[in-house]
Amino acid sequence: MKNAFVIFALATLALLSYGLYMALIVAPTEATMGDVQRIFYYHVPSAWAAFLCFAINAVASIWYLAKRGVKADAIALASAEVGVVFCTIVLITGPIWARPVWGIWWTWDARLTSTLVLWLIYVAYLMLRRFSSSGRAPVLAATLAIFGFFDVPFVYLSIRIFRTQHPQPVMGGGENSGLDPTMAHAFLWNLLAFTCYCLLVIWMRYRLQVAEQAVEDAHAERALGERA
Amino acid sequence: MIKYMWAAYISTWVIHILYLLYLNARAKRIREEAEELNRKS
Amino acid sequence: MSSPSLAAMTRATLAKDLRLEWRSKDAINSMLFFALLVVVIFAFAFDPTAEESRRIAGGLIWTALLFATVVALNQTWARELRNNVLDAYRVSPAPPNAMFLAKAFANFIFVAVLQMLMTPLFIIFYNLRSIGPVWQLVLIGLLANWALVVNGTFFAAMSLRTRNREIMLPLILFPISIPALMAMVEATTQVLTGTAQVISGDSSPRFWIQLLGVYDVVFTVVCLALFETVLNAE
Repeated sequence: MKNAFVIFALATLALLSYGLYMALIVAPTEATMGDVQRIFYYHVPSAWAAFLCFAINAVASIWYLAKRGVKADAIALASAEVGVVFCTIVLITGPIWARPVWGIWWTWDARLTSTLVLWLIYVAYLMLRRFSSSGRAPVLAATLAIFGFFDVPFVYLSIRIFRTQHPQPVMGGGENSGLDPTMAHAFLWNLLAFTCYCLLVIWMRYRLQVAEQAVEDAHAERALGERA
Repeated sequence: MIKYMWAAYISTWVIHILYLLYLNARAKRIREEAEELNRKS
Repeated sequence: MSSPSLAAMTRATLAKDLRLEWRSKDAINSMLFFALLVVVIFAFAFDPTAEESRRIAGGLIWTALLFATVVALNQTWARELRNNVLDAYRVSPAPPNAMFLAKAFANFIFVAVLQMLMTPLFIIFYNLRSIGPVWQLVLIGLLANWALVVNGTFFAAMSLRTRNREIMLPLILFPISIPALMAMVEATTQVLTGTAQVISGDSSPRFWIQLLGVYDVVFTVVCLALFETVLNAE
């Protein structure tokens, strides 16, 4: 297991490096936006990674409620945390991209705004876990995750219609509008790299959670043993 | 203009590295705790 | 002995809750005063001209109501906790959803009372006149009320034994309610200002009202499905 992890980590590192190289050097400079467009190679894969994390969390939460397995809960927690990390990056790189290109920090873009709501839901998830007693936290959090899961279509739908009603800056270029093949390559390599990185970090967080749970159980056993 | 690009790339990795450092700190702590438990028993 | 039916238990519990509230009048009085204060503060904070005020009135009303609702929701479970009623429910043969529905209906009534107090105040302070039909506003009010209350009651139950119970409720409720909030604000604004919107040319409060309706149905089902799980979470 340890070996698999190390190999995966090295492969991910290689992919990330190659992705960075592709994004900054190989990919051609965009005509209208200039080099700022390169943010696209990090911003969008981060969004996909975040959504992947939350999808994993949804599945793990349902699995946990059904079977009450400790591992399912550990995966749920790990994917939620890593998802929030990626979400934060999306929410930071988005405005950084928007500002020079469209002159405003926030655009009510459907994807960015949905990401904000997801971020809010999962930060609430993490706080719920932190503030509940350790016995209840997994069940309550899994329940909240399911609420979040059912909320997502509403979020996306309402924001899209909201966008139609509130005039937006014209979203020229950059958003997958006929991507130059080299750009598509750079994007896909970074997508792969960040997917792997995402799974790698979830794996790390999962192992940490399992270890912490084991230590906590060991403490409890010792306490019981001493009293007996 | 291009400083925005660097800002985005650097902030991405700063956040990732901060999170990795956080995980590392917690892992170290749990390892020490586990060792202490093993020593006691 | 067969366990009491869901409807019977719900009615009984609801009657009990309402009776208790009416006798003590604690929760109602403090909530009403809080609601009044919120409206006044908003009126001081947002003091625009007549045209602007009509445009943002939808947002103001619902934001004010949202905060008042959270205060109300926190109150209604507090009593259960004080008297360990929750444990009694858990061991009784009564269906747990009866307790949830009773609580939700009681909250619905409380929030409706708040709406009936705050809306006229808003109309007075902001010189509002509805351009669209008033029955639409009432419908939006009812759907929005249930949207906030059904999830709010559930999350209030969920956060009962968490450490920072009172802040936990809005922390969880607000993100999940964002689509419903958008819907209620947009719908209300459109009925108040009567602006014809872009979507396929027809009067688009309908879209937001439908969204609210579907939201209500979906989350009522989810709450009923998961309440027992949360109740037995210990």
